Parts: sequence; structure tokens; C-alpha cells
Amino acid sequence: MTAGYNFAYLDEQTKRMIRRAILKAVAVPGYQVPFASREMPLPFGWGTGGIQVTASILGHADILKVIDQGADDTTNAVSIRRFFARVAGVATTTRTAAATIIQTRHRIPETPLRAGQIMVFQVPIPEPLRWLEPRESENRKSHAMADYGAMHVKLYEDIVRYGQIATSYDYPVRVAGRYLMAPSPIPKFDNPKLDRSPALMLFGAGREKRIYAIPPHTPVVSLDFEDHPFSLQRWTEACSQCGDTASFLDEILLDDQGNRRFVCSDTDHCAARQAAGAGGAP
Amino acid sequence: MYVAVKGGEAAIDAAHAALTKKRRGDPAVPDLSLEQIDQQLALAVDRVMLEGSVYDRELAALAVKQARGDLLEAIFLLRAYRTTLPRLAASLPLETGRMAVARRISATFKDLPGGQVLGATFDYTHRLLDFALAAAAPPAGDDGGGDAPAPAAAPDTAAAPPVSPPRVSDLVGRDGLIEPAQPSDPEPAPADLTRQPLRFPAGRDLRLQALARGDEGFLVSLAYSSQRGHGTIHPFAGEIRQGEVAVEIVPEELGFPVTIGTVAVTECEMFGQFTGSQGEPPRFTRGYGLTFGESERKAMAMAIVDRALRSAELGGSTGAPAQDVEFVLPHSDTVEASGFLQHLKLPHYVDFQSELEGLRRMHAGLAAAPPAAADKSDAPDDGTLP
Repeated sequence: MTAGYNFAYLDEQTKRMIRRAILKAVAVPGYQVPFASREMPLPFGWGTGGIQVTASILGHADILKVIDQGADDTTNAVSIRRFFARVAGVATTTRTAAATIIQTRHRIPETPLRAGQIMVFQVPIPEPLRWLEPRESENRKSHAMADYGAMHVKLYEDIVRYGQIATSYDYPVRVAGRYLMAPSPIPKFDNPKLDRSPALMLFGAGREKRIYAIPPHTPVVSLDFEDHPFSLQRWTEACSQCGDTASFLDEILLDDQGNRRFVCSDTDHCAARQAAGAGGAP
Repeated sequence: MYVAVKGGEAAIDAAHAALTKKRRGDPAVPDLSLEQIDQQLALAVDRVMLEGSVYDRELAALAVKQARGDLLEAIFLLRAYRTTLPRLAASLPLETGRMAVARRISATFKDLPGGQVLGATFDYTHRLLDFALAAAAPPAGDDGGGDAPAPAAAPDTAAAPPVSPPRVSDLVGRDGLIEPAQPSDPEPAPADLTRQPLRFPAGRDLRLQALARGDEGFLVSLAYSSQRGHGTIHPFAGEIRQGEVAVEIVPEELGFPVTIGTVAVTECEMFGQFTGSQGEPPRFTRGYGLTFGESERKAMAMAIVDRALRSAELGGSTGAPAQDVEFVLPHSDTVEASGFLQHLKLPHYVDFQSELEGLRRMHAGLAAAPPAAADKSDAPDDGTLP
């Protein structure tokens, strides 16, 4: 641990303030709770909301996993994991099943979560209505009145224009039948993992100073229409490392001749399959 | 061939080592001392203290050094340090009327009680590069002013007795020609956006705090846009004063104010266009700017933007960027803005992959459908970011 700083960096008063915001967020699923976000030693936009949430819930016995784009070894995930190893001295892991807290940017692990685990999402723009109306005061009114017509119109216009809903990540969801919520820029592929998950989902937006939550077992519905139901991304390829055809695949360009290869975005999932003897696609 | 896609611990360590080396530069060149930065890059230190929200010249100089002279990075370093500090007390409002002024000018009166005191300023210098400064050891007695030979008796500002001239706004206010200063209400205590998130509507206390911490470049441009007609306030620089002012707190166990030190500040009062309404005569209105050190440009911009943001409450027009609280305040903080801008360097593989998959599906759909459906001319660029 780093001398001169409190356990997990934040002082206890700040942690208490953030925990109160988290409790309120859990009590009102999907509602964005304002909180007095702090400057962190990492830049805004690089996960400060998630870091503050993690710092506030972290205990000595916790085992922390940090992923970015599904991978444990992306630079920012390495940086954040190191930060907590340094300021909190907690154990870290890359194994989804072994972690008690998983801080993530842009993905939910492929391995199903279990009760007692907490997902902490880094959120750039917590307001799902921001792109339709930039004014905070207007959007607060829309949420208060559950007036989400503008979002349905936007999705409808997508269908008219493109024949499908064009939003492919940060796909808006309705939480517990009440609040419209931005799931953070996870691919819509991951949206079903939010629905009735046994794990607690916490969302931290540091620069925007908002915390929100999906408590365990809460129904989460991706917006759609009866005749244009929500659909998932799919690949015709398989992972070149483990052969999986059901996980989210990253595309790797091999040369300038258009040759490419696909690998699992979730490195832990891929490594586990390989360890179990799964081979890559040719 | 295999393309390495993901970084890792070794890459970060190597980058940090490279940065350390680059920060130091050529080891044959002497290392910069914090005293040198404090003394000779004093305005950089002022800005870092101001936008970093910590009045500590040594820490700000350290931040400038560590940031390789990148002031926005230095501000970020200081902010990240500041946020860990406890709040021990809230001071009484600064009595800038009792400032020991080193500089004091008014653009509204040729002469006035207390006089015009230019002090040390770039104003009226000819911006000619002074090649004498480039010499390794400037001749003794060179004041570095760069413009003209040093006057025979260059007055040391410290030698002149500090004066506390009356405020120009008080002089004008005596005739009722300017709106009275709104007295600060000690109860409830002024808002603090480092302890409470910014909410709208934001009171003037919050707005002024956000502006004081806000990015100088952003505020200068906003003030400039107001000057050019986007929400104009027709400003006059009523008064600009610089100098040391005492900071007082009232310890609970004493019950009376105690001076705990002084801070160097620059204060600017802009007199804005007069407004009138039924039963209220037209009169000048105020915009206020207060900054650490000699951050004069920032103080002036702050005062203009403060007045522009008051447009709605004064019954003026709204709609220009500088008048829009919900535009100005959330975008004024350099630490937030710079961080979010630069997060675009982080990987976005997953979101980009999602978009690629969606595009391919659309293209496949278009290839199968008649071309009439392919009119996408009105497709908006909604500029969404992950």
C-alpha cells in the first residue's frame, strides 16, 4: 500500500458519501443518483467513476478483476488493476469465477455471474437521452415523468432509414419497468446478461457525477418493437484460439490483403476454453 | 504474421521509463529547480494554482516540472492531490477592498481616488523578442522587461507603500448608477462543487466557483464570443486590481476572525449593459472575476462570462453560448474536458466491432433489397461516442 493515502485511496468521508449514493441507486433501480465525484489520479473518461465506486465498496478480503474490452491485459485495465493493488493491497485475479468485484469497461464477461459478485461499470455518458436532448434539466423532467417517447421515435426512425435499429452498443434499456438507462457502451450483445442477473450491477460516471445500479434479479428490457424485436450481434466466424462461436469476437487484421482473424474479446473465457482442450478455428 | 493487439505491464513500464527520461531531457543541461519555476515562470505557477484550486506555489511548480511544462497536465496533477486533502475550515469572504494593491486600473475613469497603478504588466510593451534574454547570463541590472532600457530608478513595487484604494464600483454605486453588490449570505454556506455535484439551476456562488476553476482558453473564447455579439453585455472594465489580501477564519473556540495568511489575487469587476424595467431605473450591472496570482486575462474573461450567465435573471436575452449555464459550466473544467477528449486513445475494439457488424448487416440487406431503399442522403451524423 502507498504511504500517505487511505486504504483504496479515497478518504473515509468520501467513501461514505459514495456509499450513500450507491445505496440510493440500488433502492431506485436505473435512476441516476448525483454524487460529488472526486478528481482521481487517473483522468476523467478513463474510468474514474468505476474507480470511485470500486474504491468505496472494496474490502481487504475482496478479489478484484479489471477488464477493458473484455480483456484483462489491455493497458487501461492493467493500469487500474495496478492502482488498486498499490493503494488497497487487495488480491487481483483474471478469472471471472474467482473475482468478488469486477470493474469493466465496455463488456460483461461471458462466464455467467453468480450471486455475491459485483460488476462495476465505467460509464462515459450516463444519460441515455443526452443525444436526443443535451440539456440536463429537460432530461430530468423526462425521467421524472417516464416520458421516453423521444427514444422510441429515434429507434423507429432508425428502422425507417436503415431497416434496423442502428444502435449497436450502449443500447438503451428499461430497468424494472421504470427508468430508461444507458448500460454504458457494452455491445448490445451483452444486454441480455443484465436481465435478472444474480450479481449486483453498479455504474459509475465520474466526470458526469452520476451513480446508478441494477440490483440482483431485476428485470432489464432492451427497447424494441413487436415487429422489430431486439436482436443480437452474431458472427459467421469462430474464435481462432478456442473455436467458440457463441462469444463476442474481436476482429484482428492480419495484413493489408484483407486477411483477418477473430478472437474472443473475453480473454479469461478464451483461456479457460483453451485450457479445457478447445482448439481454434482454422 | 501475427499482429500484437493488446498491451500489457511491460509496455506500460517501458512507457513510464521513456517519459522519465524525456522529462529530464539532456542530462548535460542543468535540472530545473522549483524555485526557478516559481520565480521565472510565475504566471504558469499562478494558472496551475488557480485551475488546480490549490494555493501553493511550491506544489504548483512541482506539477509544472513533472508535467514537462504542460499546464493542463500540471493542473490535473495538482487537482488529484487536492482532492485527498481535508477541509479544515471555510474562510470569511476575502476583503479585497483592503487589498495591498500592486496594480490597479480602471478603464471607466481617467483618474479616481487611489489613482491608476500600472504595476508590472505586459500591457504597453512592444512584443519584440528580446534577444538579450537569450544570452546565458543577462547583464547585471537587466530587468528583463524586454521593451526599453531599464529606467534609471526602476521602482521596486515592494518599496512603494501598499495602498488600498476605494473600489470603483462603490464610487459609482454611491449615485445608484450600478446595481448594489449582492451581499454574500453566510447562511447557508456557499455551495462547493468539489463536495456536491453540479446541479441546475446553479446559483451564482456555484457558477463563480466553476468559472474560477474553469479553463482559461475556454473562458477567453466565450467572453470573446460575447464581445462579438453572441450574447453581448457591452462590458466596461470598471476595475482590475492585483495584490495581497488577508485570509481570515473564525475558529469556533475563539469566535472572532483570525488572519491565517495572505493570498495574491487579481480581481476584476466588469460593468455590464444597463437594464431597466417597470419601476426600476436602468443602471449598470456587474460581472465578477477573481483569480489567484496575476491571472488577469482569466479574471477579465470570468467577469464577462459571469455577467453573461446572469442574463436570464436580469431579464435579458438568452440563447447565446456564453449565456447558457448548462452549456458553459459542464464544459469549462479542463481536467474533465481533457480527460474525456483523450480517453479516445483507449481501445474501443468492442464498440467498433459492433458498428462493423451492424454496417455489414446493413450492406448485406441493401445488396438484397432494390436500390430505391438505398437513399441515405438524410442520414444524420449524430456523432455519438462510446
